Amino acid sequence: MRNPGLPGWEPGPKRDAASGGPGGGAGRGPRSGMHRRGVGAGAIAKKKLAEAKYKERGTVLAEDQLTQMSKQLDMFKTNLEEFASKHKQEIRKNPEFRVQFQDMCATIGVDPLASGKGFWSEMLGVGDFYYELGVQVIEVCLALKHRNGGLITLEELHQQVLKGRGKFAQDVSQDDLLRAIKKLKALGSGFGIIPVGGTYLIQSVPAELNMDHTVVLQLAEKNGYVTVSEIRASLKWETERARQVLEHLLKEGLAWLDLQAVGEAHYWLPALFADLYSQEITAEEASEALP
Amino acid sequence: MDRFVWTSGLLEINETLVIQQRGVRIYDGEEKIKFDAGTLLLSTHRLIWRDQKNHECCMAIPLSQIVFIEEQAAGIGKSAKIVVHLHPAPPNKEPGPFQSSKNSYIKLSFKEHGQIEFYRRLSEEMTQRRWENMPVSQSLQTNRGPQPGRVRAVGIVGIERKLEEKRKETDKNISEAFEDLSKLMIKAKEMVELSKSIANKIKEKQGDITEDETIRFKSYLLSMGIANPVTRETYGSGTQYHMQLAKQLAGILQAPLEERGGIMSLTEVYCLVNRARGMELLSPEDLVNACKMLEVLKLPLRLRVFDSGVMVIELQSHKEEEMVASALETVSEKGSLTSEEFAKLVGMSVLLAKERLLLAEKMGHLCRDDSVEGLRFYPNLFMTQS
Repeated sequence: MRNPGLPGWEPGPKRDAASGGPGGGAGRGPRSGMHRRGVGAGAIAKKKLAEAKYKERGTVLAEDQLTQMSKQLDMFKTNLEEFASKHKQEIRKNPEFRVQFQDMCATIGVDPLASGKGFWSEMLGVGDFYYELGVQVIEVCLALKHRNGGLITLEELHQQVLKGRGKFAQDVSQDDLLRAIKKLKALGSGFGIIPVGGTYLIQSVPAELNMDHTVVLQLAEKNGYVTVSEIRASLKWETERARQVLEHLLKEGLAWLDLQAVGEAHYWLPALFADLYSQEITAEEASEALP
Repeated sequence: MDRFVWTSGLLEINETLVIQQRGVRIYDGEEKIKFDAGTLLLSTHRLIWRDQKNHECCMAIPLSQIVFIEEQAAGIGKSAKIVVHLHPAPPNKEPGPFQSSKNSYIKLSFKEHGQIEFYRRLSEEMTQRRWENMPVSQSLQTNRGPQPGRVRAVGIVGIERKLEEKRKETDKNISEAFEDLSKLMIKAKEMVELSKSIANKIKEKQGDITEDETIRFKSYLLSMGIANPVTRETYGSGTQYHMQLAKQLAGILQAPLEERGGIMSLTEVYCLVNRARGMELLSPEDLVNACKMLEVLKLPLRLRVFDSGVMVIELQSHKEEEMVASALETVSEKGSLTSEEFAKLVGMSVLLAKERLLLAEKMGHLCRDDSVEGLRFYPNLFMTQS
C-alpha cells in the first residue's frame, strides 16, 4: 500500500488506456510526444508491464537491503551481548573506559545514549546510568538556581551530585556529567555548557548568552568578579559594550552588583564563588527542586 | 601507620595544594583506627589528613615515602578506597600518631566519594615527583626510596612483586576490553554504512518504499543509535516505540498535569517519568520524540514550544491564552510583578511563570520594565487607556 503521507510521494499520471499518453489514444501520430513508440493498445500494455516490473524491482531492492540490515542487526546484537557479558562491569566501574567507549561511538556516528530502547542502553546499561544522572543534574540545578541564577561550575555540580547519590552509588566523573548534560539540551529548558578557564560553567536556564557574555564570564572566572575597567583592558572593548553585557548578566540574575567595592563597581558571579556559601542544599531548596 | 608525622597543616613555600576531599577515614593496614573522619589533602609534596572534628589533629606523609598505590572499588557497605604502600619510616622521623606499626601500608576510605579523582591526581603527582624539583624545609624531606646500602625488608619486596603482577593483569584486562571494543566498533561502523546506503536508496526512489518498510528502517536506526538520515519525516524521528510511549505518557501524565494547573515543563516531565520508572529509563530524546506524536495520535495532551525554546506539555483542555487573562488580573491587583513574585503567588515554577507573563506581553496585555533590578511586568495601560 502506498502511503500518500510519506515525503516525496507524488501521484503519477494515470496510466489507463482511456487517458492520453505518448503513443496512446486516437489522433496522435508518431511525431507527437517525446518518444517514438508504437501506436496502439499493445504498446501501452507493454509499457505498463515494464513500469510495473520496475516498481516491483524497486521495492524488492529496498526489501533486500532491509532484510540484510535486519540480519546484520541480529548478528550485531549477539556480538554486543558477548561484549557485555565480558566487559559490562568495566564500563560500570571505569570512567576512563566509558570515555573511550563514548569517543569511539562518536567517531563511527553512533549515539549510544540516543534512546533507552537502543541496544547499547539495553545491553550495556549505559542508558540508565546517564539518564538518571540527568535527573540528578536537573534537581541540583533547580535547587540552587535562586542562589546562582542558573549558572554553576562543573566542580560544584559534581560535588552536589555525588552527595545526592549517596554512599552506595556508582562513582561519577566530570566527563559523565558533561555527557548527561549534553543529552539534556534536547529538553529545551536551556541547558548549556560554557567553557571557562580550564573548566566549565553549566547553564540551566534559557537565558540568552552570546559570545560577548561568554567571554566576560571567562574573564570573571579568575576572581569570581569582573569590572568594567578589566573588560576594557583585557578585551579592548568600549565602555558601552562592556556595560551592556554586564547589565544583561545582572538582569538574568547571573551577576550581582557590588557598588561598595573599592575603586569601581564589582560584578560578582555567584556561580564562581560558591565556596563562600555553605555547601549544603537546604531542605527548602530541595523541595523547590521536586516536580 | 608509623610513617605519619604531626603537622600544622600549613603549606610550605613551593608546596601547592592539588586536591582535597572530605569524609576520608584511615586504616592501619586492614584495621580501623580512631581517625575515622577527616579531610584528606594532596599537595605537591605530601599527603595530609586533618580531623574534621578536631582541626588541631593534623598529620602528614611525604609523597616520597610512597612506594605504590592501588584502588579498591566500593562494595556493599564499603566505600571505595586507595591503598598506599609505604617505605619504612626513616630513623630521624619527626613524631607522629603512632610510634610503631606492623603494617607497611595504609588504606584511605572515601566515605563521601571522590576516590576516583583523588587517585588520578595522586598518581599524577607520583609520576611527576614535583617534590624533587621544589625543595621545601628540611622537615619535609625524607628518603627518596631506600638508601643505598640499606637492606630492603623482604615483606615489601614481596608486596611490590604481587602488586606488579596485579597491575599487569589489570592492564591486560583493560587492553582486552579495548581490543574487544574496537572489534565491536568495526561491526557497528558497517551497520552505519549500510543504513546510509539504504537511506540514499530511499531518497532516490522517492516514495517507492512502503510505510511498513519505513517503520522497520526507523526501528533499526533506533536500536543502533544512528541518526535518521532521511530528514523530511512526518512524525519526526518517531517509531512504533515512540507511538507506544506517547500513549503511555498520556496515561501517566494526566493526573500530575491536572495537579499543576494543566501545564508542565519538559524537564519536569522527564524527572517525573524517570523517577517513577526506576529502571529502563527514557532518554531525553525518547521523551521529545514521543511528545511530538501526542497531537497526531489525538491524545489529550500536547507538546508546545514557546518562543524562548522552552518546551512544555499541556492538557488539550488547557488554554494558556485564557490563563493569560487571569494572569493579567493578578498583576493588576498587585500593580506589578516579577516572574519570581508571580510564580510564588500562583504556585507555579518560575520557568513557566515567566513564559506566561511573556505570552501576556506578546498578546499586548502586559508591558515590561526591564532594569538591572530585574524584569517586572505591568498591565499595559497603553492598550486599555488609549
